[in-house]
Amino acid sequence: MSDPLLSVTGLRKHFPITKGLLRRQVGAVKAVDGVDFDVARGETLGLVGESGCGKTTTGRLLIRLLDPTGGTIVFDGRDITRLPQRRMRPLRRDIQMIFQDPYSSLNPRHTVGAIVGAPFRIQGIETEHGVKRAVQEILELVGLSPEHYNRYPHEFSGGQRQRIGIARTLALRPKLIIADEPVSALDVSIQAQVVNLLEDLQNELDLTYVVIAHDLSVVRHISERVAVMYLGKIVELADRRSLYETPMHPYTVALMSAVPVPDPARRRQRDRIRLAGDVPSPLNPPAACRFHTRCWKAREVCRQEEPPLAELAPGHRVACHFPENAPAAAPSRGDSDRQVSDQRSEAPAGGGGGPAATS
Amino acid sequence: MSLLDVRDLSIVFSRRGRRDVRAVDEVTFSVAAGETVGLVGESGCGKSVTSLAIMGLLPKRGAAVGGSIKFDGTELTSLPADKMRGLRGRDIAMVFQDPMTSLNPVIPIGLQVTEVLRRHRDMDAAAASKEAASLLERVGIPDPARRLKEYPHQLSGGMRQRALIAMALACKPRLLIADEPTTALDVTIQAQILELLKELVVDSGTALVMITHDLGVVAGMCDSVHVMYSGRIVERASRWELFEAPRHPYTAGLLASVPRLDQARGEKLEPIPGSPRDTIPWTQGCAFAPRCRNRIESCTQGAPELVADKLRPDHDLRCFNPIDVAEQEAVTL
Ligand SMILES: Nc1ncnc2c1ncn2[C@@H]1O[C@H](COP(=O)(O)OP(=O)(O)OP(=O)(O)O)[C@@H](O)[C@H]1O
Ligand SMILES: Nc1ncnc2c1ncn2[C@@H]1O[C@H](COP(=O)(O)OP(=O)(O)O)[C@@H](O)[C@H]1O
Ligand code: SF4
Ligand code: SF4
Ligand SMILES: [Mg+2]
Ligand SMILES: [Mg+2]
Repeated sequence: MSDPLLSVTGLRKHFPITKGLLRRQVGAVKAVDGVDFDVARGETLGLVGESGCGKTTTGRLLIRLLDPTGGTIVFDGRDITRLPQRRMRPLRRDIQMIFQDPYSSLNPRHTVGAIVGAPFRIQGIETEHGVKRAVQEILELVGLSPEHYNRYPHEFSGGQRQRIGIARTLALRPKLIIADEPVSALDVSIQAQVVNLLEDLQNELDLTYVVIAHDLSVVRHISERVAVMYLGKIVELADRRSLYETPMHPYTVALMSAVPVPDPARRRQRDRIRLAGDVPSPLNPPAACRFHTRCWKAREVCRQEEPPLAELAPGHRVACHFPENAPAAAPSRGDSDRQVSDQRSEAPAGGGGGPAATS
Repeated sequence: MSLLDVRDLSIVFSRRGRRDVRAVDEVTFSVAAGETVGLVGESGCGKSVTSLAIMGLLPKRGAAVGGSIKFDGTELTSLPADKMRGLRGRDIAMVFQDPMTSLNPVIPIGLQVTEVLRRHRDMDAAAASKEAASLLERVGIPDPARRLKEYPHQLSGGMRQRALIAMALACKPRLLIADEPTTALDVTIQAQILELLKELVVDSGTALVMITHDLGVVAGMCDSVHVMYSGRIVERASRWELFEAPRHPYTAGLLASVPRLDQARGEKLEPIPGSPRDTIPWTQGCAFAPRCRNRIESCTQGAPELVADKLRPDHDLRCFNPIDVAEQEAVTL
């Protein structure tokens, strides 16, 4: 990618686990463990994966709310990985984050005006017609009314509160917005309003987004490219279309087939793969391919060698020894397994659960 | 014959110094053995209080239940508390959205399951712990003997939910109420739990009331679906009918506002304007009127009744101006 806005290489965050009075380190949660991706100017990158796979941690690293354990983050041509907080401040204008919970992320004792206007005051920014005017303009931009200026968050519904949260991030005209589960706490009927708002604002203000979500349908709708995470790593990264039409990583395939679709007829036709067991703990992730404890295609090599995130089709990167839907030229040693996998996927959830597929 | 028959259920909360909240009104539905019935709607529409009323778990003071709830012919609304306790856990079981709140945090999982077995199925300690292990195994908890000794916080969210289902299964209930059983879970775990519930219905002929806000879950599970809005049922149909030809503007709006993995990606989503908080009281008209694109004058002059749809058999509607068939093609395409 030529001149990306954001470029991340080998990003890692390990949270130490300590014990006893001396706080001796006894282990580490490898929340993010070697993540590479670029985000082009004006695009939306989606980050999906199941709970605990490291999405939020990645987002917090990007805005430097957390200090990385390793790797580099280059934003707009500058290496910001180790920038001290004091020198991060001007950059805070450029990178903003929208949080998951519109209820707890707004201070209940502050008016909407104070909340949305705070960034101006903190950053000491001069506005042409005063902060109030600037704030009212932003409120209109996100579909609220300028009259809402003196109201308090509890007077608003969830969708409106999320708009207030979005207004706050827009105040400083950021270049990059990290949106962590921007709609998952909202009622179904108003999720679409917020999704549309994010899209409109992107066009109007030339924004670049990293959207974090566990909902694959939402991510497909708003992202141009999508990265799938599993236990702290990206296992597949591709443009939306090729990811959803020809997913190559077995985890992505399973994830998509697990999404319930609101169509009883279509549901029966869909090829369903059911994974056994839970996501293993990031304290002690499985060796080599981290997905091998739940993967129906796993073989000895998957437990011995970590598959690299390799480009198997133009712009489509996958970390798997036996990818699905792989183009003819790519290694596809696993194709003959498909038959077996389908039978196995029909087996009842019981059957010992856990890593049944491999033992 | 239905196993559960809910007729004209109303639930009113009253607190001193506050206006009464009519959380549920005119709710009627029934469930037969081996059948799965869905209650869908957004947060606050009255799904959970409906299920609590069936379980007899609403607060004694401040909540007035009207109408009738019959379980296998027995009226539950007037059943003495000790009789209700006997039914609960044995004949009627419930799985809650947040498994942590219904498991006792200081008692190992195993003891919680065996307790139920000893109380309701008169098993001795040895038989109960053998049965408990086999239940855990059945719900897909690996290494059940070890897990039985663990405390709820030592299990992942998915495993806790499975443990709760194991407890619900322990008594072979005839009716199971599942209130958002998978909302807090990841999709791959959700798929496992839904499969498990389906097995239960097929294998044991359990009657299942499935409460959810997720239309996808409904499409895969429920024989018939009741869509609720602001405390009332606004549309009722088989799942085939409902998804193929939604007639109520709210149902159609919900379907049009979610991005879907099984369809080509549309350029724009079509949200329902406003929020579920923008309602008018049913006494003044249709509660959905402030958000409805199909609203006509009569909608705000009196409440619509839930009546059989003129165009389709076995399809009930509470709407003065439902989506007509031609328009509907546009919505569902
Ligand atoms: N401050 C912390 N100390 C220790 N472990 C942490 C900390 N923050 C996160 N973790 C762990 O790091 C892992 C990744 O967490 P993260 O919040 O990034 O997940 P996520 O993908 O955002 O999940 P969700 O979908 O549930 O929001 C988890 O195992 C989590 O428990
Ligand atoms: N104990 C209570 N006291 C007063 N109001 C309540 C109580 N429990 C629920 N409600 C109200 O009843 C309505 C329906 O709630 P609920 O059944 O929990 O909704 P949901 O459909 O999300 O499960 C809501 O307006 C809620 O605020
Ligand atoms: S590398 Fe092996 S275990 Fe990992 S996803 Fe691919 S086939 Fe499965
Ligand atoms: S009764 Fe009127 S306002 Fe209510 S849903 Fe039907 S058309 Fe809309
Ligand atoms: Mg998160
Ligand atoms: Mg509820």
